Amino acid sequence: MAYDKFTILKSTAVPLPIENVDTDQIIPARFLKATERKGFGDNLFRDWRYNNDDTPKQDFVLNNPIYSGKILVGGKNFGSGSSREHAAWAIYDYGFRCVISSFFADIFKGNSLNIGILPVTVSEAFVDKIFKAIEADPNAEFEVNLPEQKVTILATGESEGFDINGYKKHNMMNGFDDIDYLQAMKEDIGAYAEKSMY
Amino acid sequence: MSTNPTTLFDKVWDAHVVRKIEDGPDVLFIDRHFIHEVTSPVAFLGIESRNIGVMYPQRTFATADHNTPTINQHLPVQDPLSAKQLAALSTNAEKYGISIWALGSPKNGIVHVVGPENGITQPGMTIVCGDSHTSTHGAFGSIAFGIGTSEVEMVLSSQCIMQPKPKKMRIVINGKLGKGVLPKDVALYMIAQITASGATGYFAEFAGEVFENMSMEGRMTVCNMSIEMGARGGMIAPDETTFNYVKGREKAPKGEAWDKALAYWKTLKTDDGAAFDKELVFNGADIEPQITYGTNPGLGTGITRKIPKASEVKDGEASYKKSLAYMDFQEDEQIIGKKIDYVFLGSCTNGRIEDFRAFASIVKGKKKADNITAWLVPGSHIVEAQIKEEGILDILTEAGFELRQPGCSACLAMNDDKIPAGKYAVSTSNRNFEGRQGPGARTLLASPYVAAAVAVTGVVTDPRELMEEEAITA
Repeated sequence: MAYDKFTILKSTAVPLPIENVDTDQIIPARFLKATERKGFGDNLFRDWRYNNDDTPKQDFVLNNPIYSGKILVGGKNFGSGSSREHAAWAIYDYGFRCVISSFFADIFKGNSLNIGILPVTVSEAFVDKIFKAIEADPNAEFEVNLPEQKVTILATGESEGFDINGYKKHNMMNGFDDIDYLQAMKEDIGAYAEKSMY
Repeated sequence: MSTNPTTLFDKVWDAHVVRKIEDGPDVLFIDRHFIHEVTSPVAFLGIESRNIGVMYPQRTFATADHNTPTINQHLPVQDPLSAKQLAALSTNAEKYGISIWALGSPKNGIVHVVGPENGITQPGMTIVCGDSHTSTHGAFGSIAFGIGTSEVEMVLSSQCIMQPKPKKMRIVINGKLGKGVLPKDVALYMIAQITASGATGYFAEFAGEVFENMSMEGRMTVCNMSIEMGARGGMIAPDETTFNYVKGREKAPKGEAWDKALAYWKTLKTDDGAAFDKELVFNGADIEPQITYGTNPGLGTGITRKIPKASEVKDGEASYKKSLAYMDFQEDEQIIGKKIDYVFLGSCTNGRIEDFRAFASIVKGKKKADNITAWLVPGSHIVEAQIKEEGILDILTEAGFELRQPGCSACLAMNDDKIPAGKYAVSTSNRNFEGRQGPGARTLLASPYVAAAVAVTGVVTDPRELMEEEAITA
């Protein structure tokens, strides 16, 4: 599915300083019954965001109007658990384009890159600085610069680099996906399959 | 012979690389692909909109499991959304020529149970499914891991996915397991030792006496839980136990093909001196029956221990306290004796025949506790049939238990099998996340022995206290 190209994102950020945010929290299983990819943003963090009677939980960050932006900042081991890509869809559909954490669960990271969310891994110390900057000013802006692989806290000018492989970077900057790439190499795949013992 | 000592993981991975992309992932050929109703419909929509078709439909196998009822499976599925997903799976399978074990089929069951029991899973394969517990199949010495829906679309349309090669970790456990200790306890012990993210970025190999002496079903339980320590997958070198399990199963190679496969499979082990990025060693004798008390699988301990203080755990203090608050547990509290409301025996972790045998061995001659609602859910119809044939159903019925029909059930509570808010469940499944077994539900993960001990006493109980002498030494 096509996604918007990602180059430089300048935005405020939403802080979620909780460790081990698993994909069951991001999108509970009972909302995985759709046969199409739409409406998942409505149920992003459903059980942290709403009471059983569907009224908003006032103390949850997404219900606090002082926080906004296209960047979600999470505690370490973000996106652990279930492989459901619906978690990444929910985050994208809600309006986030980038998640920053000190480290991501592997499957979530891959799913994000595949659908156009940039997972940015920076040091725990730098994540803390981002949390502090948001605490000091919820309107603080951050710049996520993919071409230069760098995140900057604009209020202080502090920045830190992040890793991404060249192939995925090129895809994100151009809105390409792996399926296009694989379709173009079907001859090689066919040759491999011919020799396979399985 | 190669002069470079090589790991089992590298042998299997390297044999499947169709192309290496410079400064990018490897293009990996996938031998077997499992699909189910929840994570495949959007992938098929993608294939339709791009008009790219399914490249090798005979390499994909479909089963309905996540969203299926566990009672009255002969009736139409009540929930219209679930019914629509199940219908989409069947329609897509039929349209593209993919073999399917739909709801009601005698081969239907949980994807990670039916794959191995029908011989689809074999050593040395690459296996993926849109489900993180695909790591189960690593028990056969295959590279098996969960993928997202975009990758399901990739595998359907090109039989490949693109993956950066993970780092390698080996966990060695030598020695003998103590009384009442099951493979599930070994898995929970490892996760508690290294935390729920301790193996993130790695692919794990489990080695040593404890795994060598384990049955295939036990190995599946351990590899199943490797995702719960953050590992993409876990694997165990195939050996005679593996070959004996695979031989003769429906989709296993036969005759000359078997001999050829076997000769190759025997080469699938880590060479002496091969390097890992990380190695850990534990002693099997240190493992006692385990139970979790928090909201990630790493928050577990020996059943006789107390809940650790915040200062003793590796998770951040705020996250740890949030976790205990959700469970309504206190630091430094005894876990034994805590009142439980529900017991769930089942899932791709512990829904196989050995799990039902273990459960039955404890409840035999006893009665289900009045305060316990027990959901016993076989992993497949084949397991269900074995339960009946072996007389296990009679033992369970005599003790006041009922058997439900196969499916993922309360493990992820997508169907009606939801633990009510605030209630405590001792569960043989794999995740104790907030709300995993139903909104507000509180889950304690444990082995089938512990689940059985809880089911007959109504409180958290050390199963060793209920084990007869002969059962202990057996």
